[in-house]
Amino acid sequence: MSENFIRFQKVTKDYGTVRVVEDLDLDIARGEFVSLLGPSGSGKTTLLMMLAGFETVSAGAIVLDGQKINDLPTYKRDMGVVFQNYALFPHMSIAKNVAFPLDMRGTARAETAERVQKALDMVQLGHLADRLPGQLSGGQQQRVALARALVFEPRVVLMDEPLGALDKQLREQMQLDIRDLHHRLGLTIIFVTHDQDEALTMSDRIAVFNHGQIQQCASPREVYDHPANRFVAEFIGETNLLEGTVSAISGETLTLTLPGGASFQSHGLPGFSTGDKGLLSLRPERIDIYPQGEAPAGVNTLAGEVTDTVYQGDHLRVVIETAAGRIIARINRKVSEWENGAKVSLGFRAQDGWVIAP
Amino acid sequence: MQKTHKISAFGPRLARAMAVGAALTLAGTAASARDLTIVSFGGNFQDAQRELFFKPFAELTGKPVLDEAWEGGYGVLQAKVKAGTPNWDVVQVEAEELALGCADGIYEKLDWEKLGGKDSYIDGGATDCGAGHIVWSVAIAYDGNKLTDAQPQGWEDFWNVEKFPGKRGLRKSAKYALEAALMADGVSGAEVYDVLATPEGVDRAFAKLDELRPNLVWWEAGAQPLSMLQTGDVVMSSVYNGRITGLNRTEGTNLKLVWNQSIYAVDSWVILAGAENKDAGQDFIAFSNAPENLSKLPEHIAYGLPVKAAAEMVPAEFAVDLPTYADNLAVSVNLDVDYWVDNSEELTERFNAWVAQ
Amino acid sequence: MKGSPRLRALILIAPLLFFLGLFFVWPLITVITQSVSDPAVSRVLPRTADLIGDWDGEGAPSAEIQAAFRADIVGATDDQAVGDVTRRLNSSKSGFRSLMGKTVTAVRENPDVDLAEVDKRWADPAFWKAIQDNASPYTDSFLLAAVDMERDSAGSVVAMKEGTSANFTILMRTLWTSALVMLCCLVIGLPYAMIAASVTGWKRAVLLGAVLLPLWTSLLVRTAAWMIILQDNGIINQVLTGLGITSGPLALIYNRFGVVLAMTHVLLPFMVLPIYSVLITVPGNLMSAAASLGAHPIRAFLRVLLPLSLRGVISGALLVFMTSIGYYITPALLGGAGDQMISSVIAEYATRSANWSMAAAIGLILLVLTLALYAVYNRLSRDPIQAR
Repeated sequence: MSENFIRFQKVTKDYGTVRVVEDLDLDIARGEFVSLLGPSGSGKTTLLMMLAGFETVSAGAIVLDGQKINDLPTYKRDMGVVFQNYALFPHMSIAKNVAFPLDMRGTARAETAERVQKALDMVQLGHLADRLPGQLSGGQQQRVALARALVFEPRVVLMDEPLGALDKQLREQMQLDIRDLHHRLGLTIIFVTHDQDEALTMSDRIAVFNHGQIQQCASPREVYDHPANRFVAEFIGETNLLEGTVSAISGETLTLTLPGGASFQSHGLPGFSTGDKGLLSLRPERIDIYPQGEAPAGVNTLAGEVTDTVYQGDHLRVVIETAAGRIIARINRKVSEWENGAKVSLGFRAQDGWVIAP
Repeated sequence: MQKTHKISAFGPRLARAMAVGAALTLAGTAASARDLTIVSFGGNFQDAQRELFFKPFAELTGKPVLDEAWEGGYGVLQAKVKAGTPNWDVVQVEAEELALGCADGIYEKLDWEKLGGKDSYIDGGATDCGAGHIVWSVAIAYDGNKLTDAQPQGWEDFWNVEKFPGKRGLRKSAKYALEAALMADGVSGAEVYDVLATPEGVDRAFAKLDELRPNLVWWEAGAQPLSMLQTGDVVMSSVYNGRITGLNRTEGTNLKLVWNQSIYAVDSWVILAGAENKDAGQDFIAFSNAPENLSKLPEHIAYGLPVKAAAEMVPAEFAVDLPTYADNLAVSVNLDVDYWVDNSEELTERFNAWVAQ
Repeated sequence: MKGSPRLRALILIAPLLFFLGLFFVWPLITVITQSVSDPAVSRVLPRTADLIGDWDGEGAPSAEIQAAFRADIVGATDDQAVGDVTRRLNSSKSGFRSLMGKTVTAVRENPDVDLAEVDKRWADPAFWKAIQDNASPYTDSFLLAAVDMERDSAGSVVAMKEGTSANFTILMRTLWTSALVMLCCLVIGLPYAMIAASVTGWKRAVLLGAVLLPLWTSLLVRTAAWMIILQDNGIINQVLTGLGITSGPLALIYNRFGVVLAMTHVLLPFMVLPIYSVLITVPGNLMSAAASLGAHPIRAFLRVLLPLSLRGVISGALLVFMTSIGYYITPALLGGAGDQMISSVIAEYATRSANWSMAAAIGLILLVLTLALYAVYNRLSRDPIQAR
């Protein structure tokens, strides 16, 4: 088993004068679930299309299982693709749709029937085998598409925003289903999405795209807690950004001094030197709020006044005006509730912050 | 008077629109009367008729004249009359249509006292329903500049592909084709219809046509054989005689007619039964066939005149080109209208079947 | 006021019903009745029609029948009605024209005249047979004749003597030519529609415009343009001989080639548009999906795109075929004598020989053919996505 099952090596894609993907490197291991996450136009779908063979590669190489596949036609790549709009064949029954890839491979009729039934049972649609796609709901259709993409045991499964057309509840159900399949079957899945929650929920690794380049490729926890740069910090989840200067470095703890004179201890990216500009990313849920002056010792504190509170069901969103600017905190309602105008102290530990380059 | 003429010159549509407008203004006090409508066979011939007869008649009477063109076809006339009030008044018809329609009663009977009596016409030119207007021939024509060594003298030469190699144009109709075939087979002009009256004679004509089939090109519109002769697509063709003379005069071609064994017939004016302007139509026929008017026609187009007095007034330079010129008439065959009235349907069907093979 | 909404609805659609009735149902009924009936003889010669059925067809009919015939002639005062009878009888037996003219004049002068003395043809049973055959106001002879069949003296249906009528040949030729045109349109139109549906923006606009443009020009103009292009000294032949590819002009016009070519050009939009309209509703990535599932492009086309465009193909093919069947001007101008289609025969009967019944009979056969094709189309084009 090769560690780097799929390799993108300096892959570039140009549409005329527009460079959509630039010098991109990415290695994916067998059995891995990798999400390609990014805003629209960031190149994530194009990369998937190149991998599937729907788009040509302008420069660089795509290697699958040790074989360069740049010029391999799609139908020989042996990859299951699931599309956002399902792309089921409307004139074929569900069973025929799922049998299609097996027919193309000349699988014996009896075996085909058996595998189709198994694939449909896997997505709990065995009873609808004789229906036409148009007679199924969106969620059912996408499950058929999934069964069709998996039934021939492809080397890789590519999913292009497969849940984008489904409503929220169905989407969440499908997320769990797909994750479950991934675990059960040990599939290698490359999953394109612009929905960060989806990516965080399902992936082994997330590749965050912007301007045709991967900004960061790491586990969901890493990407969320330790973003590589400002784009990643802002694109994934909500964050407060405080700009300052690195005034001291001790192990993995940096001291960041803000222009107003306040200074904070925080973890951060390696490679900072004293005197470098730094950007402190502070996730709202990592901030605690205390009545002014009551913050415990040993944490970074910042004084301020509550200017707005937003009730959001399971938590409270609190907007605090401070000397360092406006800070947004998210508070568990079991802990405390705050009213507008309250004078408060904000507190966070060094491991709750993350300093990145501005 | 000048004014009415201008209206008709603007075209029938405008005239009709104005008539409708006038009727509306009068708020239906009187139904709008349709202008005298005269229908002929179009082309140069009708242009000449318009100048010589239609316009002067409109000026004379002070009433506009509409003229339309048709391509023949008895069914058309019958349908118009059967529909009730026909929208045509005076129509120029071929001899066969004249005979059929007169028997069927779809034409008005003419008042021959107004037309100067039947005796003033040549034989076959004056009938109860029709007043002969022109005499025209179907004859062989060839390009005098191309056939310089030998020239065809009749239908036997027309069939002689060894002496005159090349394609031949023939009108796509049983009429004329069967007569030509029999004459090519040695039947004299005077006996053609006697032979054709027997089933054997018809078979003989078709058999003779079979011989020439590979070399035949069929034409339907009168202008087609002229262009085929000019381009050399055919070495000779049957033609309407008037067209040849006209072309030679206007374009300086040297197309020659073979009067020998040509087949002539009379075209007549008729008035459709129940026509709104039948009295005006009668007046028009008298006007156009008046010798002093009719005699001007051959100058424009080489058709003969069935009105004896008019024929005598034609200048000699034009008269020699007419089917009615004594030397030409002497070698021509008169189309037997009665024969075709009886047999047209059956022979046309058979002819079409033969052509379609 | 129960039922008043229904009444109001009825009043609302009354103009539509009136329009349908006047311009669709009524002409149809007229055509059908025309094709199976010709009451001229039974109406104008009622006494003869009553009696002549008993005549055995041997020798001249009895004095009683001949007297009835003379009485009918005397009683018939409407010349146009007599004309109808004459035309009808002359269609069955050539010679009736002159015979009737002569006879009517003679009988009106002397109602007791001996017919055989008026004209010896009255001694020929064939002429009386014609009257007997046409005595019934209803007949299938027109419909039979429309396909070159007739009833023999025993009353059974037989083919007409060879060489007497070419209706059936021409009908077959019409179908064959139409099929050829349909096939040509399909071969050109299917890829064309697929390309048009797969490109976007100005390219699509140009492709669709090119196919729609001819629809904005009159049929006659387009046909005339083909005459100019195809004739012996036309553009194509000039280029071919000019380049030395051919020594003389190719025969491109006045044959089947010219007819099929021009008709294909004229009818191409009717093939392209239905296919195109079906194809643009097909999601663009179905072909991608098929490829990802292991289908070679040709198999993907055969298994996915072709079946999906089939509905358009069938509509297009039928539209082209049914329109072709009625073509008249193009074959007349671009075809030779052996390329004329059935419409020209109908026109010949209607405008030339004034045989409206024959025209109606052939028209009815065309109509039945078209309806049959339409039924086939209906079965084939049932939406597979809705079919249960």
